[in-house]
Amino acid sequence: MSKNTSREAYWTATLKLMAGCLAVWFIVSFGLGILLVEPLNSIQLFGYPLGFWFAQQGSIYTFMVLIFFYAWRMNKLDRKHDVHED
Amino acid sequence: MSLQLLTYLVVGFTFVIYIGIAVWSRAGTTSDFYVAGKGVHPIANGMATAADWMSAASFISMAGLIAFLGYDGSVYLMGWTGGYVLLALLLAPYLRKYGKFTVPAFIGDRYYSKTARIVAVICLIFISFTYVAGQMRGVGIVFSRFLEVDILTGLLIGMGIVFIYSVLGGMKGITYTQVAQYCVLIFAYTVPAVFISFQLTGNPLPQLGLGSEITGESMYMLERLNQVIQDLGFGAYTDGSKSMIDVFCITLALMVGTAGLPHVIVRFFTVPKVADARRSAGWALLFIAILYTTAPAVGAMARLNLVETIWPGGSPETAALAYDERPDWFRTWEETGLLGFEDKNRDGRIQYYNDANPDYAPIAEARGWEGNELSVDRDIIVLANPEIANLPDWVIALIAAGGVAAALSTAAGLLLVISSAVSHDLVKSIFVPKMSDKGELMTGRVAAAVAICVAGYLGYNPPGFVAQVVAFAFGLAAASLFPAIIMGIFSTRINREGAIAGMITGLVFTFGYILYFKGVFFAPLAENVPENWLFGISPEGIGVVGMLINFTVAFTVSRLTAAPPAHIREMIEDVRVPRGAGGAHSH
Repeated sequence: MSKNTSREAYWTATLKLMAGCLAVWFIVSFGLGILLVEPLNSIQLFGYPLGFWFAQQGSIYTFMVLIFFYAWRMNKLDRKHDVHED
Repeated sequence: MSLQLLTYLVVGFTFVIYIGIAVWSRAGTTSDFYVAGKGVHPIANGMATAADWMSAASFISMAGLIAFLGYDGSVYLMGWTGGYVLLALLLAPYLRKYGKFTVPAFIGDRYYSKTARIVAVICLIFISFTYVAGQMRGVGIVFSRFLEVDILTGLLIGMGIVFIYSVLGGMKGITYTQVAQYCVLIFAYTVPAVFISFQLTGNPLPQLGLGSEITGESMYMLERLNQVIQDLGFGAYTDGSKSMIDVFCITLALMVGTAGLPHVIVRFFTVPKVADARRSAGWALLFIAILYTTAPAVGAMARLNLVETIWPGGSPETAALAYDERPDWFRTWEETGLLGFEDKNRDGRIQYYNDANPDYAPIAEARGWEGNELSVDRDIIVLANPEIANLPDWVIALIAAGGVAAALSTAAGLLLVISSAVSHDLVKSIFVPKMSDKGELMTGRVAAAVAICVAGYLGYNPPGFVAQVVAFAFGLAAASLFPAIIMGIFSTRINREGAIAGMITGLVFTFGYILYFKGVFFAPLAENVPENWLFGISPEGIGVVGMLINFTVAFTVSRLTAAPPAHIREMIEDVRVPRGAGGAHSH
């Protein structure tokens, strides 16, 4: 593969991964924590109404896992497309 | 040992540490001064970012804000953490790859325009100064409250400390003091939270305690809280009262604003590699999340403790607390004015309820109440927490050190981006391009010293609007810098004309909307109520609309004008791949 097509493939793969992660980011916070909060609140997670839990706890945990997952997958992508550092 | 002496010792000890670090990590070059020589370990940078980010407001006010907002407080929790996902995915690694010292430098190069760079500097200075004035005020308040000195003395001590380590150490000094400050503030925040959660629910982890049953009862904490406050005419804690579109927009504006705040972005310029920038954002959020997932528990538990103190019988059917029988902490905080009692119906008891709820008025009237008699400043939730829970004096001293650490770390980070924008983006790039590295370093130090004095002045004489607009720094960042950076990385078509027009319209629209409802130099032009808002979006959330306007204007103007030159396309393609991100370079 030439340098340019390889870079294009890398960029497409990056955008795909990014779109997937942003979808999760959007769903847990804006979806489950805001738009669907009322129906979800009828479900209990221990003492938490579920929608309230997503808004004040669950979304934050998900964000954290999401960034580490993204960083890990990006490192693999960097190597696969031979654009990693050092 | 008296509480005051203990507080002096604990706070004094932390100051010695900060100054020690400053001396050890003196900046020798501009690279040290602006970006800590790009040699900061990603975990250390994560801690420094967390301290940089969590301000006096996060430490002192946020839990109280949530305590009285309930579900609506979620906008701050999600808004101020979700921004890190955007930072890690969309901004940090690419800006780190580009490898310059400041945010305006990237904007100026990408849009091949000194005008764009100056517009970015203006946005940055405006955002950072509103923010830093609030921090300096916070430093003064914490000092005066815990060390019993007046606000001016407190402010001067705070300015002196920040002066030593930011002028001397630059970004390098700030980074390592922030690491120490993070440790102090997180310890101070979590210790009382663990005690309170354990007392109330038997579970030492506040995050789990909030979802647990109350000790000795088969009732969940949140269920009980909902019940007691609804009995007093308030809305249920776990439901909100803001409209859904407003909650949506405020959350998004805070997220995007967080990702667009220059003092946060620049922290990711200090790590050695692109991969480190991504990972470091994860660490930063982890360190932030420790406080941000604890805060809602502190808020809810303190609210329950407060209501149950005022209504010892557990419900408003029984008698309220007699004023003469109020606990010691009530007396202490009454003196500071954070708690207030006004005996409206002259029965010597403290009736605390929601007198703004028309449906509840007949009930209150039937009980002989003549209005809510207790005024509570939200800051008390964190400040008085250790006393309400009867914790030892050293915990109270720790809270003081934590509050000071939170305010100083954020102020230092902000002052650094202001001074680098002045010395690097204005003096060096526009006025004296031939300046030597040494000369630039000196300019940076002078700019930092001047910025500290201006910030101190603003903190002492807040120009009325500062308190109101601190939260709007986010809206302005969301509407100006964030879109310009994003488009610079993800589009090769956006050109100089588009970016400048976009930044200016976004900033002017957002600023105008805020002024319209809040008024700064004049009376607000319209009452700040949902009926008057555009699409029902409050001034806090309007940054989202400003951002959309910025994107739209930038795209349209770019389509109508010439595409960026070829070397800019190459630069963008180069920014998108990690390889080749060497050490710092300034040209």
